[in-house]
Amino acid sequence: MDNKNKFVREVAEKKYEYGFTTDVQTEVIDKGLSEDVVRLISEKKGEPDWLLEFRLNAFRYWQTLEAPTWGHLKMPEIDYQDISYYANPTAGKSGNSGNTKEIDPELMKTFDKLGIPLEERLALSGTAVDAVMDSVSVKTTFREKLKEKGIIFCSISEAVKEHPELVREYLGSVVPYKDNFFAALNSAVFSDGSFVYIPTGVRCPMELSTYFRINARGTGQFERTLIVCDDDAYVSYLEGCTAPMRDENQLHAAIVEIVVKENAEVKYSTVQNWYPGDAEGKGGVLNLVTKRGHLRGRNSRLSWTQVETGSAITWKYPSCVLSGEGAQAEFYSVAVTNNYQQADTGTKMIHIGKNTKSTIISKGISAGKSQNAYRGLVKVAKTADNARNYSSCDSLLLGSKCGAHTFPYMDVHNDTAVVEHEATTSKISEDQLFYCNQRGINTEEAVSLIVNGYAKEVINKLPMEFAVEAQKLLGVSLEGSVG
Amino acid sequence: MLQINNLHARINGKEILKGINLTVRDGEVHAIMGLNGAGKSTLSNVIVGHPAYEVTEGEIIFNGKDLLKMSPEERAHEGIFLSFQQPVEIPGVSMVNFMRAALNAKRQYKGEEPLSAGDFLKLMREKRQIVELDSRLTSRSVNEGFSGGEKKRNEIFQMAMLEPTFSILDETDSGLDVDALRIVAEGFNKLRTPQTSALVITHYQRLLDYLKPDIIHVLIGGMIVKTAGPELALEIENRGFDWIKEEVGL
Repeated sequence: MDNKNKFVREVAEKKYEYGFTTDVQTEVIDKGLSEDVVRLISEKKGEPDWLLEFRLNAFRYWQTLEAPTWGHLKMPEIDYQDISYYANPTAGKSGNSGNTKEIDPELMKTFDKLGIPLEERLALSGTAVDAVMDSVSVKTTFREKLKEKGIIFCSISEAVKEHPELVREYLGSVVPYKDNFFAALNSAVFSDGSFVYIPTGVRCPMELSTYFRINARGTGQFERTLIVCDDDAYVSYLEGCTAPMRDENQLHAAIVEIVVKENAEVKYSTVQNWYPGDAEGKGGVLNLVTKRGHLRGRNSRLSWTQVETGSAITWKYPSCVLSGEGAQAEFYSVAVTNNYQQADTGTKMIHIGKNTKSTIISKGISAGKSQNAYRGLVKVAKTADNARNYSSCDSLLLGSKCGAHTFPYMDVHNDTAVVEHEATTSKISEDQLFYCNQRGINTEEAVSLIVNGYAKEVINKLPMEFAVEAQKLLGVSLEGSVG
Repeated sequence: MLQINNLHARINGKEILKGINLTVRDGEVHAIMGLNGAGKSTLSNVIVGHPAYEVTEGEIIFNGKDLLKMSPEERAHEGIFLSFQQPVEIPGVSMVNFMRAALNAKRQYKGEEPLSAGDFLKLMREKRQIVELDSRLTSRSVNEGFSGGEKKRNEIFQMAMLEPTFSILDETDSGLDVDALRIVAEGFNKLRTPQTSALVITHYQRLLDYLKPDIIHVLIGGMIVKTAGPELALEIENRGFDWIKEEVGL
């Protein structure tokens, strides 16, 4: 009994490791949302008229919408007039609008502390990074090296200036602003994010990654990522994120759009570690994200791999539209909720082309008083002869006060399609923990072993360096969930 | 090595152990026999620190240390091992990862460096042979899909890996066929040294034929009512427990 108490106490004292704030002069516009604010953001970024028009259309449409309520979530009321929609931490340096050679050393230090060095010589082996803080991209590494191969990797703001034709062609082509409430909001006020273009026949020689950091108080982050992978090209992309500990909820409403052409392949991995709120459920990031890939070309391939451990609320369904004949899509997910966290996450696989194939592997882990839901749609259109889907959704419960829920939807309009769904729910038992204890393995490590074993199938899909990070993260996120 | 004085323990408010006294010296093997519900498994669970059991009185001294003050994992690090009556399955956790975590936790407790992956796998190969455990099994998840006999062999394999000084075999013979029983018992005997001791809980003589215990205790109603040499086990095999009950006036 003593032992258990000690464990609980140790855990209670453990803090979210990335909860610090950076003291840097940040230009923040006044709170509130109106056409004027949308115009101001566009003006600050020096955008062309077509983009302003896109934003304004999105904004006007958003005003006609109500926030969705169908999620298995208790969503706090969000006051959209009480949020600042633009915060620029690079502004201290003589009116910068991001991504310049001169970077405030405080910002460098912040990313160092997060394990994301912005100096190329210190970089993780074979990884190029776009570092985004609040509303602007601070720095993108290895741009020159990638440029030699014709690869474009930069912030979306720069892409608008330097490659307007590409951005204009693809922006909103996968997730139109009319898609949903948060997509419309993002389309109106998106600030920064990453842009990737891999030209025909090029295999991107390094992992590309974007690291998102929220720093300023009372602001929302609305980033936008656009990845276009041309015929016979390949890229592996990783996204990571953290935020300071604050008692208020912070809104993060992002859009990721991916276009995959003929014989091209995109792997998109996410390790999401936004601040989840404290043990009493106060604060934390509201992560309301629309991610979608369009597998346009024949034999195109896209895989989403996500490890979700952070955020007070996670609402996201990385999806795939399989139009190209023979296209293959995968969704691998581990979603962990602890304390009062809530997650409603899953995927949508929309089969349109012939002989398309999709795989869904979802592993939910709930602990504390959290609620964890898988929600997935498999849709097979009339045109999708011989479409195949295999879905497997497992839930693991730690303790008896948490909940796991599975909402699989199937909508099949073609007789030749084969759609399979399997689901299991299991629990870490006291007997399993005691067995480990008797062999000398403490409860914390035992949980970590069991959870990592359970999530192995998904973790193995991550690029190597990040798999190790994700493993550690799973252990840390669940501390305090037993005993 | 192990000294138990006036141990009382209960589970869910019900007193099961009512004053156990037991001393096991270095190198000795003791057997505990008794009917179902006498408290045999409770005794082994209390020694290893199972959280469901509450000690209300008495003490357990292990190599001069107060065992009841230690967490289950500290007790394991100090050299106590339980071969479970019903080993649990832990899906997703490979035997390799499990044993490596256990062994390195113990090494850390002793202030030693963790074993390298190469040395660890070599040790696994070596120890596996003691109980003729197939490499196919050690590459699977802990006990998952193991037969009853394989689970018991896996317990002795773990004992070989962790090299405890005091082992408890809780009905290790239950559910074993003749060949498996021989393999498990011979495996255990190979691990015996003058510095290691054991407590063997069993209903049957056939395991004791192999293990040759030094001392036999009879546990009835939460107390040790009779202690004698190995000949007592044979007598119980022939005559049952009733005569002992009569002898001690129960």
